[in-house]
Amino acid sequence: MKKSKSEPLFHITKRDVMPWYKTWGIRAAAIVAALIVCGIITTITTGLNPFSVYASFVQGAFGSGRKVWITFQNMSILLIISLALTPAFKMRFWNIGGEGQVLVGALATAACMILLGDKIPNVLLILVMTVAALGAGAIWGLIPALFKAKWNTNETLSTLMMNYIATQIVAFFTVVWEVPKGSFTVGIINQATNAGWLPQLFGSKYLLPIVIALAVTAAMYVYLKYSKHGYEIAVVGESEKTAKYVGMKTGKIIIRTMILSGALCGLAGFLLVGGINHTITTTINSGQGFTAVMVSWLAKFNPITMIFTSFLIIFLERGAGEISTNFGLNQSFADILTGIILFFIIGCEFFISYRIVFRKKKETTSEK
Amino acid sequence: MFDIVAFIPRAIGQSVPLLFGCTGEILTEKSGNLNLGIPGVMYVGGISGVIGAFVYEQQSAGNMSAFPAIMIPLACSLLGSLIMGLIYCILTVTLRANQNVTGLAMTTFGVGIGNFFGGSLIKLSGADVPSIALSKTSEYFSASLPFASKLGWFGKLFLSYGFLAYTAFIVAIAATVIIYKTRVGLHLRAVGESPNTADAAGINVNVYKYMATCLGCMIAGLGGLYYVMDYASGVWSNDAFGDRGWLAIALVIFSIWNPLIGIFASILFGGLYIVYLYIPTGMDYMEFKELYKMIPYVVTLFVLVLTSMRNKRENQPPASLGLSFFREER
Repeated sequence: MKKSKSEPLFHITKRDVMPWYKTWGIRAAAIVAALIVCGIITTITTGLNPFSVYASFVQGAFGSGRKVWITFQNMSILLIISLALTPAFKMRFWNIGGEGQVLVGALATAACMILLGDKIPNVLLILVMTVAALGAGAIWGLIPALFKAKWNTNETLSTLMMNYIATQIVAFFTVVWEVPKGSFTVGIINQATNAGWLPQLFGSKYLLPIVIALAVTAAMYVYLKYSKHGYEIAVVGESEKTAKYVGMKTGKIIIRTMILSGALCGLAGFLLVGGINHTITTTINSGQGFTAVMVSWLAKFNPITMIFTSFLIIFLERGAGEISTNFGLNQSFADILTGIILFFIIGCEFFISYRIVFRKKKETTSEK
Repeated sequence: MFDIVAFIPRAIGQSVPLLFGCTGEILTEKSGNLNLGIPGVMYVGGISGVIGAFVYEQQSAGNMSAFPAIMIPLACSLLGSLIMGLIYCILTVTLRANQNVTGLAMTTFGVGIGNFFGGSLIKLSGADVPSIALSKTSEYFSASLPFASKLGWFGKLFLSYGFLAYTAFIVAIAATVIIYKTRVGLHLRAVGESPNTADAAGINVNVYKYMATCLGCMIAGLGGLYYVMDYASGVWSNDAFGDRGWLAIALVIFSIWNPLIGIFASILFGGLYIVYLYIPTGMDYMEFKELYKMIPYVVTLFVLVLTSMRNKRENQPPASLGLSFFREER
């Protein structure tokens, strides 16, 4: 670049790979900055002093033994959904249909519990529930994948539409199964017999989803990093042309990955109905299919990092929930704070991949 | 009996928010930005207008006049959606963040803002009213021509809407003309198809991306404003706006990036959105109503697959849709 008067004040260049502690330093700084902004906004709306705002956050997530368990339970469900979406995202298949895939999994589970409860032994019932939930989720993931593989249909929109179709199917069955008639709720399924309720692990009703989530995390890490499938997913994601050139059947990979993605979402639905809520509603998943997209992306599609990002999101949700109950504010306050923090983290990625070079500085040898 | 004269005005009423959202998103996508934050923007557009109208109604204490009653909510709504557009642009254009993730975060944020202020506005402002019902402001927004009711079915079909409904159609036509018939539109399409080429031709890519996205957000935000002030008669209820924002994004594909087709598509979808009310089910089979509500989404999915099957060159999305532009990267 020649030095002349017309050279701009600064220009932007791509960075080489940063050491990991620096990237995490930038992300941590972004989170701190976001928390400060959140604190200011909370102070303006509630009149609290900022420090008690942060105290309420911690109180909401860790205030009591029960709260800690619920925090980890919610986190494990979100983690499973995020992990489910990750292989699809890694091959640049924007599956934002997690919501629908979880819902059909939950619906299949509830259907087994209602129709087969007390008719077959409990162990068998739970087995059937698992298979049905995974299968239903897989089918819901398979449909957009087929369209994508065959006709290159935009998957962002097709998976999105599948969400609403799933919601209406659940609404339909809610009316069919409603107890009592006209209430538009299914109520607790098999309350008397507990048929199909997932067993407690070591006497704790919260532990099972957590253990399953950790197992899925480990399995997904190995699958993506060390298996042939994981490698193929990465190649398709980086460049579909390369994948075709080396003879990979991209259509087959897309379909296979989406079946896995959908089935894991179905697993989350299975845990929600069989292990936690014991009922089915259209909002049982409360938008976590969308939140999971951000959890997965924030973690840069790394399953281990996802433990922290899902924790961060759930911590915020629980904390903001606590603030809204304490001050009679609306629950949506959590969404605003989550949004702000996401903006900061999304924005900070720029400073990880690019650097700003000012005019005054001597030309550095950063460019390759 | 199926009453077509009653059905069409309702379908058009439903179609206006969709059309605003669709036109705004087409403009945005033509610049190569896929803004999945439109649902959030529409919530913000709606609630900003509500806040403006609420404050004005409280301050004026009954002595309202037409001009500020319309201009204050309108200005607030435009400002609210403009801020959302700027957030999106700063993140995706200046900071080159992933557009899908930014969009989803904006939707979370925007819907959160809408529901939060919708639920807490009364408590926050300390006003002495039971719920947000801006019926007076709504009267100004939904006022139709005085002689419309005297013209029978003609007046009902064509003249019974508030001014924002006509604005939606005018904006859609204007957007089509600008995109396809003017030099600015040509530049905009060039930016969306191949930013590097546009840059080499001396077009300031980032300025076009900023302008198109912010303008698109402001148009989409009007859809939220129309919904609250006209369609819902000034009553804000949380989540009532629902998934119209997502449908608007789907409509963009349905109308193959042409706002003119968007007009007809949105009327069709407006009809599909409420058609379940008109299908007789009887009291014993209420559950089937839930299945009929599925129709717009199934149709969208069907059309989506169909357009991708036909795969015509002129029906494709802008080539650089979803990608950030970085000048120094060739």
